[in-house]
Amino acid sequence: MTSSDQTQMATGMALKQQNLLRVLRQSPIFYPLLGLLAVSIIMVFASDSFLSVANITNIMRQVSIIAIIAAGMTFVILTGGIDLSVGAVMALAGTIAAGLMVAGLNASLALLAGIGIGIGIGVFNGGLVAFAGMPSIIVTLATMGIARGFGLMYSGGYPISGLPSWIKFFGGGTVLGVQMPILIMLVVYVLAWVLLERTPFGRHVYAIGGNETATRLSGVRVSRTKLFVYVLSGFTASIAAIVLTSRLMSGQPNAGTGFELDAIAAVVLGGTSIAGGRGSVIGTLIGALLLGVLNNGLNMMGVDPYVQNVIKGGIILLAIYIGRERRS
Amino acid sequence: MSPLLQVENISKSFVGIKALTDVSMIVKAGEIHALLGENGAGKSTLMKILCGVHRTDAGRILIEGQDCVFARYEDAVKAGVGIVFQEFSLIPYLNAVENIFLGRELRSAFGMLQRGRMRQRSRELLDRLGITIPLDEPVQNLSIAQQQFIEIAKALALDARILILDEPTATLTPSEAEHLFAIMRELRRQGVAMIFISHHLDEIFEICDRITVLRDGSFVGERAVGSTNIDELVELMVGRKIEKSFPSKPFNPPRNEIALDVIELQLAGGDPVNSFSLYKGEILGFAGLVGSGRTETALGIIGAISTIRKKVRVHGKDAKLSSPSDALLQGIGLLPEDRKGEGLIASSSVRNNMTLNNLGKYKQWHFFIDGKAEHDSALDMMKKVKLKASGPESRVDSLSGGNQQKVVIARWLNHHADILFFDEPTRGIDVGAKAEIYQLMRELTERGFSIVMISSELPEIVGMSDRVAVFKQGRIATILEPPQITPEDIMRYATAGETNHNAGIHHDFV
Repeated sequence: MTSSDQTQMATGMALKQQNLLRVLRQSPIFYPLLGLLAVSIIMVFASDSFLSVANITNIMRQVSIIAIIAAGMTFVILTGGIDLSVGAVMALAGTIAAGLMVAGLNASLALLAGIGIGIGIGVFNGGLVAFAGMPSIIVTLATMGIARGFGLMYSGGYPISGLPSWIKFFGGGTVLGVQMPILIMLVVYVLAWVLLERTPFGRHVYAIGGNETATRLSGVRVSRTKLFVYVLSGFTASIAAIVLTSRLMSGQPNAGTGFELDAIAAVVLGGTSIAGGRGSVIGTLIGALLLGVLNNGLNMMGVDPYVQNVIKGGIILLAIYIGRERRS
Repeated sequence: MSPLLQVENISKSFVGIKALTDVSMIVKAGEIHALLGENGAGKSTLMKILCGVHRTDAGRILIEGQDCVFARYEDAVKAGVGIVFQEFSLIPYLNAVENIFLGRELRSAFGMLQRGRMRQRSRELLDRLGITIPLDEPVQNLSIAQQQFIEIAKALALDARILILDEPTATLTPSEAEHLFAIMRELRRQGVAMIFISHHLDEIFEICDRITVLRDGSFVGERAVGSTNIDELVELMVGRKIEKSFPSKPFNPPRNEIALDVIELQLAGGDPVNSFSLYKGEILGFAGLVGSGRTETALGIIGAISTIRKKVRVHGKDAKLSSPSDALLQGIGLLPEDRKGEGLIASSSVRNNMTLNNLGKYKQWHFFIDGKAEHDSALDMMKKVKLKASGPESRVDSLSGGNQQKVVIARWLNHHADILFFDEPTRGIDVGAKAEIYQLMRELTERGFSIVMISSELPEIVGMSDRVAVFKQGRIATILEPPQITPEDIMRYATAGETNHNAGIHHDFV
């Protein structure tokens, strides 16, 4: 082999590596994954018990509710919208489902009613945004208040307990050794991924966020797609409500305050552009896990909870600074 | 004595495209000087140079014989140049006084606003122009004409001696235009020099003293109003240059089937009612000035904007087109004027952009997209439109303008659409790609597509159209057929009266 061949091979390999790096960096989940790895490595060194099956399972179970909500939120944010009502919708759906069970309704039907409420509020939000042309931040800010208010009115402000014991299954049961909240979360993410990446609907979601006018002018039914996105968000909020109600074994009208912000943080940490058009649900799952690892690790290190808030805020800013689309 | 404004041998190019070549112009104090030329002749570039928005590559600007360098807008303002842009720069929620003094409010010694003084100064300025405007009303509640007068007052408040008016009459009614002309005459009496841009030749004969004509970025002539006529000006503007880059037209265009029959179309109350037919296999040009209603007509037909009267037949059947998706179901598509803003999803891939509105074609198990079929179909489309891109996954914002346009065309070819509106299909596209797009359009019509081509480039309209609808102020003034499709005829219908060349007559269609 001549030396020039060797040089060629070397440059060829270098090129291949460069290409691989470029492809990786273009992937929307490159930076979120990098962030998750970096934070996890720090935690491994900071705490002996971080890297154990029990602790990892624990983290995944802790993030499951936020992650489920964030899956629906990803669709909304990808279209360039936002859904602030999800925390309150989750509380309302859980409270009403619990109330109906206590009132003697078949528990399965009660859970379906909770899901119906999530979908119903989604239709309401989506209708006002997609067909009445109202800004999503205002519409969902209002429905956040309305949903919270209805939950408190219905329950008188008190938790509703005394649910049938099998309800515990959704929050505490296991299937094939996997805890139910984690399993539900994974199923939600598989379905969300398929919907977003493998169906025309998902493609239209990306397109609307990328350029709504162009999408409309090309003949896509934009309003219908936008409506469905809010319905999805309401739906995932009500699935989260089932897990939460089951874990607490009660309907909590005050639950989920601020969850909408955690869900948005997960979506954005996962590399989805807040302006829409770019992002992925896998990224959102990574974002949610990143938040969970932070919470868990900082707790295990015994960091003051007040200080934890500051650190988490700082990390969100840093992550978004690194991952932002650079203007050429 | 040196003239008030002297432009000497100015050249300017943008990324390799020449916008102005060796242009000179002289404007004297107390003169209204028309600047005339087709769309793209370089008028706007010249105006932007005069007010410091662009810098020159070569040449000089002299004011009263003094060399001036306008690096910024502020430099031009200091030298006494004021401009009233086509799109106003007023803040809609502020009133006339606040707008006139925006950014240089009068303050007292304590830094407080001197509202009384500003009000009085505004009143004086407006009186000087003979204008009465409610001073306390937010300007958004005023008429377009009143807003324009405020713009003029704003420029004069900065002691402008040279006032540039960029198509001021385009959005005015004839009586408002008359009012504007009265103001301009008053300013002329006071010694203000004005550069007046208008496509309405009759207005130029009514108000102007001298005329400078540009064509393709070059100076082609200067005339005194008294010693010229509309025919000469039209000839100066269009020249004798029809490019040979167009595919040959069918010798005997078939006219046996109407693809799209617009029986009546009225966009808003007070607008004219238009009607036209598009034959199967023809290219119907929509010619006219910018703002003459061509794009709006296309948008109205496909249901992208609201209309108050619309009766449309597609292939002989009544069709209700209340949204672009309805139009798509009937096989009607639009390639928007603003390719980046309305045509493409810039951050997305070639494949996504091509298949966006017809994903149902690649269905697998009812619900899912067959990725391989989609990819293959995108590859196939790339070949059909001769797209230069590394592959279906390339981002469209990495492509040139011409290739981007081909992506939008491919989107419609991928669908069953057979009636296409091309709005400014070659704007911002280099010559080679232009010829390819022309070729593509001709191939489409040969395959039975019917095309409406909206274009502001006369050579393109003349070179490509089988028939031409000429728009003037929202109305289809005439539909020309060969051998009548000449730049002169089109220009005449688009700018002057329908049947005569009389100057000074306003055709009131409002």
